Amino acid sequence: MNPRLTRRRFIKGVIFSSAAAASGTGLYLSAQSPSNAVVERLLSLNINGQTRLVDVAPSETLAFTLRNKLGLTGTKVACNRGECGACTVLLDDIANYSCSILTHTVKQTAITTVEGLRSADGTLSAVQQAFVEELSPQCGFCTPGQVMSATALLRANPSPTREDARQALAGNLCRCGAYDHYLNGVMRASEMLS
Amino acid sequence: MTFMHIGKDYTPPDVEGKVTGDAKYVEDFQREGMVYARLYTSPMPSGRVVNIDATEALRMDGVLGIITADDLPSSTAPANPMLASEDVTYVGQPILAIAAISDDIAESALERVRVDFESRPFVTDPLESLVEGGPNAYPDGNVLQQSEALEDENATIRGGFATIKWPAAEMERFRNGEEPRNVEFADGWTYGDLDAAFAEAEVTVEHSFVTAGTPHHSLEPRSAMSYWENGKCYFYGSTQSQSAVLDSLASMLGIETADLCLINENTGGGFGSKGRSYPMMGVCGHFSRMLNRPVQLRITREQEFYVGVGRPGMQGWVKVGVKADGTVTAIDVIIISDGGPTGRNSASSSAQHLSVVYTPDAMRLRNIPVFTNTAPRGAQRGPGQNEMSAAIAPIMDTAARQLGIDRMEFRRLNAPHSESPVYENQGPMTSAFLGEAIDIAATSFNWQERESQPRQRNGSKVRGLGVGLGYHSAGGSGYDGLVRIGPDGRIYLHSGAGNLGTYSYSDTTRAAAEVLQCRWESCEIVAGNSDYHLPHASAQGGSNTIFTHTRTNWVAAEDAVQKLKEIAAIELGGTADDFSIGGERVFKTSDESLGLTYGEAAAKAIEMGGKYSGQEYPDDINPITQRAVQGLAGTGLIGVAKDNLPKRGIAPGLTVGMAEIEIDLDTGKYEILDYIGVSDCGTVIHPKGLSQQINGGAVWGFGMAGSERYVYDPQNGLPANIGFYQAKLPTILDVPSELKNAAVDIADPSNPAGGRGVGEPSQGCAVAAITSAIADALDGHLFNRVPVTPDMIVNHVAQIEDGFKKLELNTF
Repeated sequence: MNPRLTRRRFIKGVIFSSAAAASGTGLYLSAQSPSNAVVERLLSLNINGQTRLVDVAPSETLAFTLRNKLGLTGTKVACNRGECGACTVLLDDIANYSCSILTHTVKQTAITTVEGLRSADGTLSAVQQAFVEELSPQCGFCTPGQVMSATALLRANPSPTREDARQALAGNLCRCGAYDHYLNGVMRASEMLS
Repeated sequence: MTFMHIGKDYTPPDVEGKVTGDAKYVEDFQREGMVYARLYTSPMPSGRVVNIDATEALRMDGVLGIITADDLPSSTAPANPMLASEDVTYVGQPILAIAAISDDIAESALERVRVDFESRPFVTDPLESLVEGGPNAYPDGNVLQQSEALEDENATIRGGFATIKWPAAEMERFRNGEEPRNVEFADGWTYGDLDAAFAEAEVTVEHSFVTAGTPHHSLEPRSAMSYWENGKCYFYGSTQSQSAVLDSLASMLGIETADLCLINENTGGGFGSKGRSYPMMGVCGHFSRMLNRPVQLRITREQEFYVGVGRPGMQGWVKVGVKADGTVTAIDVIIISDGGPTGRNSASSSAQHLSVVYTPDAMRLRNIPVFTNTAPRGAQRGPGQNEMSAAIAPIMDTAARQLGIDRMEFRRLNAPHSESPVYENQGPMTSAFLGEAIDIAATSFNWQERESQPRQRNGSKVRGLGVGLGYHSAGGSGYDGLVRIGPDGRIYLHSGAGNLGTYSYSDTTRAAAEVLQCRWESCEIVAGNSDYHLPHASAQGGSNTIFTHTRTNWVAAEDAVQKLKEIAAIELGGTADDFSIGGERVFKTSDESLGLTYGEAAAKAIEMGGKYSGQEYPDDINPITQRAVQGLAGTGLIGVAKDNLPKRGIAPGLTVGMAEIEIDLDTGKYEILDYIGVSDCGTVIHPKGLSQQINGGAVWGFGMAGSERYVYDPQNGLPANIGFYQAKLPTILDVPSELKNAAVDIADPSNPAGGRGVGEPSQGCAVAAITSAIADALDGHLFNRVPVTPDMIVNHVAQIEDGFKKLELNTF
């Protein structure tokens, strides 16, 4: 996980934004509140190489913005409290839990979601292709997060050991227990990249 | 038999969407005008709702309405209601829902609802309720009186109430791990002459056991979205099954099955908790009808912990008799089930597990399903069998050791074969090759050499070796199959099984491709939406899909092949018997140049009508399949049939697991060094899919053995471990980096494709291998419970009493 993300940092962010937007009850109500004017609402985000303009409430998480404002539903929310990793995205190539990131803190960041991995012609990324070939997913709900953690690993270390891969995926729970199939997928992807 | 498709790896059609994010789960669907509903849940374990004041909430901008039990069909306890009012029976029970134009507003509105409750006594440990003077979870009783309704798979009322109380002295005996004397039980069964069988025993081992209840923790918090158009309900539901959900959900919504369309493309895990419709689905459906709007009801992770149901716990006692030659002769077992407020119990299937894998000459089960004010209980992966395999493994090891018999050989000796009688009725199985599975596992794992190694090494670290067995009935019959050949030559394989993530909905359609001798590339699976004309199917659970639906696909495809031949005979002369198929053509056997492509034959079928293109269909197919065929009529050659193939007895899924662990006696933690799971599930249908089930089941087994459980605060009735982190399911670091698996791969004669299911027993053999290994590492010491936590191990090593009685629950 990103060492720059701590629970303290997240809570500080919430306190800051809540103070600015006293009502804090979300887009529809707070939009009517003039006190919100101090917080920038219309953000320009760099997502999957594209600039996306989006109206973001002060206390909104990145997972919420991606799923509910931008229609990027590949990112899954399973616990919404930083326990499971289903919502993992890349921030400047580092894996992060998007349920625990406030959107207004990533304005200057390159955000990559699972939808951003395929090449323009639709070819799957090495991790995606390897996960298909190893039949890594079962129910698939944790899979986008596993794909993103594996992608972050291989971008940092294209030739990991199986133990490296195990450590890199340790923040992603899979209730189906498909762990070793995911590890097989990461190792196959690493071979494809070499 | 050489197959084109069966036994070969392939890419199921839903895999790619899962890795790209394109796969849609319920919460990913949006609908114009959709509003968001959120649940208000009970803060108390037992009571009733006296008054609901939502005035302030309903006055908020953006709030559209509220739904309470008063807006829903009445429900009679102990049925699990959609929303509770008269009987609030657990913390987290849904009381009402509020809908608003956004999540945030709905959640804010919930904070402004005032609910007045009247509190009632509660109970979190079945034995507290079962003792004289103890509290009952419901005002009307403490025990589920099972009724005939239980036999009806769509019944919402699962029984009534009874009250059973044991004298304090007998309860004290039981709590201390002894057999209670002259006490009342609710249910049970027996076969053989128990006394005579015990008289033959050289060794008897008697022990108590506790297996904790466990939440499912499906990763997708269950969601629903529904809307109504012209009296028809369109329902996006997170369910394991497809067609099997229809009747029960329609009944819940008070409509005809024909007026319900269920869309379920992907499901984020179910493990038994989403086999059919569940109460929350009814809340969404009724609410969307009330508001005349599309309503999405998503719940939080915390709420999933409550409403997601869980495995019942067991508190029990067992006595095993073994002859001098190692043959298990008698088993006597008592099971008190913690059924939560739903009274779910798996005692009979727990005992059936023993009858199958150890084949005793005589057996007796005595049991009581007790209500508690804890999370509701339902089916969970291998219900009954898996927790029993956890409890019994080290007890059987003790018997084997006392007789000086190798623990693996002991299991091999007692393993069932195809002619072994099983269950209380001592009936037949379709086939069984557990002994062969044990042989494969023992060889691959090098059991005998490892078993001969000394246990102490590495200072504080001790090695332990374990072997466990798993069983679940794994196959049904009598459902329908449906295939369509289009005039374009494409072959459409209609699956009503449902997609819960095992790929078996897809694997089973390969049986149809096999019969049609066609390329997989020519096939398209039609699934995920009941308006796509899907046949009646079994619930996707009970490890049954592989057996049940390779059969339905087989018979439907055979019907299509027969029709292809008949059409060819009409067009080209001769009789159907003169024709063969191959290369997606039907041709004269004597002259292959005379024939029709599948596409040409399908075009002829449309011209001919009648049975060939679905205007007529067999009388014995289910109304759901009838409607599917009616919808497809005139669009191609229709192959449709009910599975009337013979089936001799129970189709078993059988497994053996072997594990090596290393316990650190200083910390009580252990590492699983190596594990192999070997299955007897007939012919392997899809090798990678089987590997996923055996390995994934093993991970579940490791969780049951070492960490997962419900813990309730007995003072206040509050759950103590709601989140993933506390609960706690295994992470990738809790399991070996590589898990091994293999299969016997001998065809089951009751299935033309040869396969049986195995998803559930893959957990049972793994948890048993670990409980067996823990006892082995600790000189045969029996903890009487799962999970075995590090503190229990450390206390044992330090010779400190655990501070709780043998059968106590909610221990810390």
